[in-house]
Amino acid sequence: MGMTMSQKILAAHAGLESVVAGQLISAELDLVLANDITGPVAIKEFKKSGAEKVAKNEKIALVMDHFAPNKDIKSAQQCKICREFAAEQNVVNFFDVGKMGIEHALLPEQGLVGAGDLVIGADSHTCTYGALGAFSTGVGSTDMAAGMISQKCWFKVPSAIKFNLFGKPQKYISGKDVILHIIGMIGVDGALYKSMEFCGEGVKNLSIDDRFTICNMAIEAGAKNGIFPVDEVALDYMNGRFKREVKIYTADEDAEYDAVYDIDLSAIQPTVAFPHLPENAKTPKDWGEIIIDQVVIGSCTNGHISDMRMAAEILKGNKVAKNVRAIIIPATNEIYLQCLKEGLLEIFVNAGAIVSTPTCGPCLGGHMGILAENERCVSTTNRNFVGRMGHSTSEVYLASPYVAAARAVLGRLASPKEL
Amino acid sequence: MKVKGTVFKYGNDVDTDVIIPARYLNTTSEEELASHCMEDIDATFTKRVKHGDIIVAGDNFGCGSSREHAPIAIKASGVSIVIANSFARIFYRNSINIGLPILECAEAVENIKEGDEISCNLAEGIIVNETTGKTFKAQPFPEFIQGIIADGGLLKHLAKENK
Repeated sequence: MGMTMSQKILAAHAGLESVVAGQLISAELDLVLANDITGPVAIKEFKKSGAEKVAKNEKIALVMDHFAPNKDIKSAQQCKICREFAAEQNVVNFFDVGKMGIEHALLPEQGLVGAGDLVIGADSHTCTYGALGAFSTGVGSTDMAAGMISQKCWFKVPSAIKFNLFGKPQKYISGKDVILHIIGMIGVDGALYKSMEFCGEGVKNLSIDDRFTICNMAIEAGAKNGIFPVDEVALDYMNGRFKREVKIYTADEDAEYDAVYDIDLSAIQPTVAFPHLPENAKTPKDWGEIIIDQVVIGSCTNGHISDMRMAAEILKGNKVAKNVRAIIIPATNEIYLQCLKEGLLEIFVNAGAIVSTPTCGPCLGGHMGILAENERCVSTTNRNFVGRMGHSTSEVYLASPYVAAARAVLGRLASPKEL
Repeated sequence: MKVKGTVFKYGNDVDTDVIIPARYLNTTSEEELASHCMEDIDATFTKRVKHGDIIVAGDNFGCGSSREHAPIAIKASGVSIVIANSFARIFYRNSINIGLPILECAEAVENIKEGDEISCNLAEGIIVNETTGKTFKAQPFPEFIQGIIADGGLLKHLAKENK
């Protein structure tokens, strides 16, 4: 029986010819990741185990992105724990304010993850790197600690769902609409424990940033990982960035899948996930009149340069509506600089939006845009759970940068076509 | 390992943001995390929960973020076990890794109500609703996973084994 793309990467890292779904394996890791929230717990566990030294200091990344620049004293203490650990263990990939960006945009940009890699991260959106043809998955802090100690992790080999993409997305449709459409179709546990493998002739019509967004939200369908085949688009992105050898794995012709879905990209409409689950996907005909208080454009899901360009395309020459607060967060300093060079920052500020330094901040209700009682936010982030962005009665509507920017201008749920 | 307690029952897709809101993730203190456990879904949970009590829920319990703070908050609240139809995968792994007992048993979930008295034998996967007298059988964990839970988590277990 053939293997899926994900299974091939796992087999190679376990030193096995082949693996089958359900098999328990121990595999060698190319990178282990934690941030300022999960890092301190991992470090506590590391110490608890009696370990003195990390296995491979160059294969660990610690990114201070969630509550940084530090929002309060406790958060500052958390970063301090990470900073001291990085110094003590000579963790070379320690990213502090000034060097940091949102981890899942930063690590690909810095060339620390790439095709064929096996990566675990103590952050659920670690699955983002599947866009580059890596097997990457979120774990908890204890697994992260064990990964630092042994550079290994045990896995249950997942089965997979195949998404055969075809056609070309229409104007104003991006990866966010594609993934919200898919989650709406299969549900928040539709891919529980499984791989989501994206393939088909439609892949070439998705930019690398679209693919990052799609893989990023695989976890919102419960998946273990999301993954794309490695093509010219992915190779172009990695060229000059990825520091190790690109290893391309492809699914076998006779690989078995639990389900196969055909997705016509040309038929996908602007899609918004209503509160309080990412599966509550609705297209414009079902949006109704939703008045909003805030717009956030950024996060590991949609803080890439393409996302900034989409927002600027809508905001150029327009003004953010009265009573709406628009917060734009380029995910990394490199993206921030690129926005500066292209004149996007000027467009944002002239439109009446604010531009923040890189941070996960508002996405998880940390800082930089917390919602009050009954407030509503349209956000390009990834979760709209109860209380996710602030008060437990506040609401988050997940959308693409195009839709979010259009809403900022119109002050209500709106399609970019209305402008 | 045997546990007994009163049931707190919840629905499907209980996410890690309601188990422990991110606004409290600026600490690793177990007691502090426990003091905000389930706050956004059940404001009275922390006032009512007693040592040994049991959480029973529907599908996909613990979906969302990878924060280990979620099972830590539940365990530090005194909860002895979580029984659900299914668990989100990172939460499932994290629970084992920190030594929070969990069991999947849809039949039990269907037949257990808020406030029922439940007892569980983890080694055998037996769940008894003491209030109604009904007994249910869940798939127990293999011995090595039970060992991790009994030792209070993966790294404590490894440290013990390495002695």
